Amino acid sequence: MVALGFVLIYKATELVNFAQGDLLMLGAFVAYMAVVWWGLDYWLAFLISVVTIGAFGALLDAVVLRQVIGQPQFAVVMLTIGLGAMFRTFASVTWGSEIYTMPTPFGGVSTIGDVTLSHQYLSIILGTLILCGGLYAFFNHTRLGVAMQATSQNQLAAYYMGIPVKLIFSLIWAISAGVAAAAGILLAPVTLIDINMGLAVALKAFAAAVLGGFGSIPGALVGGIIIGLIELYAGATLPDGFKDTAPYIVLLLMLIVRPQGLFGMLTRKKV
Amino acid sequence: MRFLFKTSYAQDIRLFRDNVDASWYGLLAVAVVALPFLLSEYYVGETTWVFIYAICGISLMVLVGYTGLVSLGHAAFLGIGAYAHAFFLKHGMPWIPSVVLAVLITTASGLVVGLPALRMTGIYLAIATLAFSVIIQEVFSRWESVTHGFAGMPVAKPTILGVPFDDDRSFYYLCLFFLVLALWLTRNLLRSPTGRAWIAIRDSEIAAQSMGVNLAIYKSMAFAYSAALMGLAGALFAHKIAYLAPDIFTILLSIQFLLLVIVGGLGSLHGAVFGAIFVALLPPVIAILRDSIPQSMAEAAAATGIAPIGILGEAVGNFLRKPGVEAGIFGLILVLVILLEPLGMYGRWVKIRIFFSTFPMYKSATFKRQKTYMRSERLR
Repeated sequence: MVALGFVLIYKATELVNFAQGDLLMLGAFVAYMAVVWWGLDYWLAFLISVVTIGAFGALLDAVVLRQVIGQPQFAVVMLTIGLGAMFRTFASVTWGSEIYTMPTPFGGVSTIGDVTLSHQYLSIILGTLILCGGLYAFFNHTRLGVAMQATSQNQLAAYYMGIPVKLIFSLIWAISAGVAAAAGILLAPVTLIDINMGLAVALKAFAAAVLGGFGSIPGALVGGIIIGLIELYAGATLPDGFKDTAPYIVLLLMLIVRPQGLFGMLTRKKV
Repeated sequence: MRFLFKTSYAQDIRLFRDNVDASWYGLLAVAVVALPFLLSEYYVGETTWVFIYAICGISLMVLVGYTGLVSLGHAAFLGIGAYAHAFFLKHGMPWIPSVVLAVLITTASGLVVGLPALRMTGIYLAIATLAFSVIIQEVFSRWESVTHGFAGMPVAKPTILGVPFDDDRSFYYLCLFFLVLALWLTRNLLRSPTGRAWIAIRDSEIAAQSMGVNLAIYKSMAFAYSAALMGLAGALFAHKIAYLAPDIFTILLSIQFLLLVIVGGLGSLHGAVFGAIFVALLPPVIAILRDSIPQSMAEAAAATGIAPIGILGEAVGNFLRKPGVEAGIFGLILVLVILLEPLGMYGRWVKIRIFFSTFPMYKSATFKRQKTYMRSERLR
């Protein structure tokens, strides 16, 4: 799910956003605030959070990230790491370091055949599917989405073609931040909300994104499922401690054996 | 502006540019040696931190600044060095073989992590090292027979060849010695064919390969050398911190090292030292500010009779006292440096120097970098 956010941003801008996990955390906090402190409806809170964080992402791009267009990729990575640290501090100053639980309308369980699913997990799965489908359609079948892809493939050429590159960048950041917020809200009941939730989730999402191959949407999904399964089986069959590290060991092996990921494409750089 | 006309080979290979340069560095050396006698014990300890961080900075500078490989896992190397050294010491090994072994182990682990580096660049490498560091951290906390896990592991004071280095001042000189050694080694390495090959790889892998640089060998070498320095720093770190626990060597520490090289200025050894001064001294400065700002503001409020100044001071003090603020301040500085001065502190210093040496002729365009617009290498 979060891997999806990474892949989208990467596909669209060739940028890797290390602050994604922290945006996710901010999204969850905003929603929590809306629901619990202001007593709003869950869906309204969802909307507010996604829009706020999305707008925040666009603002971030306009103020900070636009400055480093044309500098090496490394600068952007460090920039997002720095921003992520700032968000975490902001959250800990504003909301403290307690752990919150998110109330949701998805109580109860439903049984399909032999499988019993709680509605919370169902909501995550459904939400992921809807988001994925929507984004996939958006990127492949709308003018704006295609423009975004063009921008990512060659900024200068896209600019010559009359695409407002700066605006497109802001939009991409807004979308990715919004997706992160949505992911955060959906995940909140499972992982609970605290200031470090983003970091843990983001690391796993990275693993998933790399496993599936950066820049491939189906790859991100498959990678996410594989990481989840590995974690589950490692927790069940291997000694204590392997549950948390197994995904990373797999990731490291994967990077050594097949750096482009399962579905990735990497061609030799041309001069 | 002075130009040096070199007339002999000996002149070409000297360590310093000319006698003026050499005497400035000599002056600096005298100042650094005299420092422990001028400062109190506490500040000597803080300066020792600067030295240890500077060794870490040199290590990362070789990798990031000179070879162009980004590592997010250097805290893991530091941890390996520290734990290995502490483990050997505990089992009665003398100091020097223990350090050598710790450095060798770290070098070997650096080579292992360097393996993926042969096949990938940029962001993939950063993620691989990140994964490595997460795994190593888990190993530290689980392998209790060696590391004692979260219970922590005490480290004895160093005794080398029967000479005890048990107070802050003597340890200061020990760290200073290793820092100078590291600087000297690295400086010479960087001017050798190895260093030139690294720089060639940083600037363009394909061009370097075309010129006959063996990418695999030189990248592994960069990783191994960087890890070795980190192992050395780790051994000193273990003594300095005196009590090892797995939660010291987190990703946040790796990020702090990256911050160090970026704030200092990528691609210069001066930068590593400047960055170390900055990173090591910022937390104590924040600690001092946290107490002195509310106090001085309250005094100012009392003197001028304007109450809001005092309230503001109190608020700033409270803000700085909150947990996690330090990381945020580091993040803010990182962002500001990348936006405003991508060349770091050393870059700023070079600009100031050139401003004066070319006095009325300075052009800001001298340092303008060509922008490279992103182009995807993906075909579709």
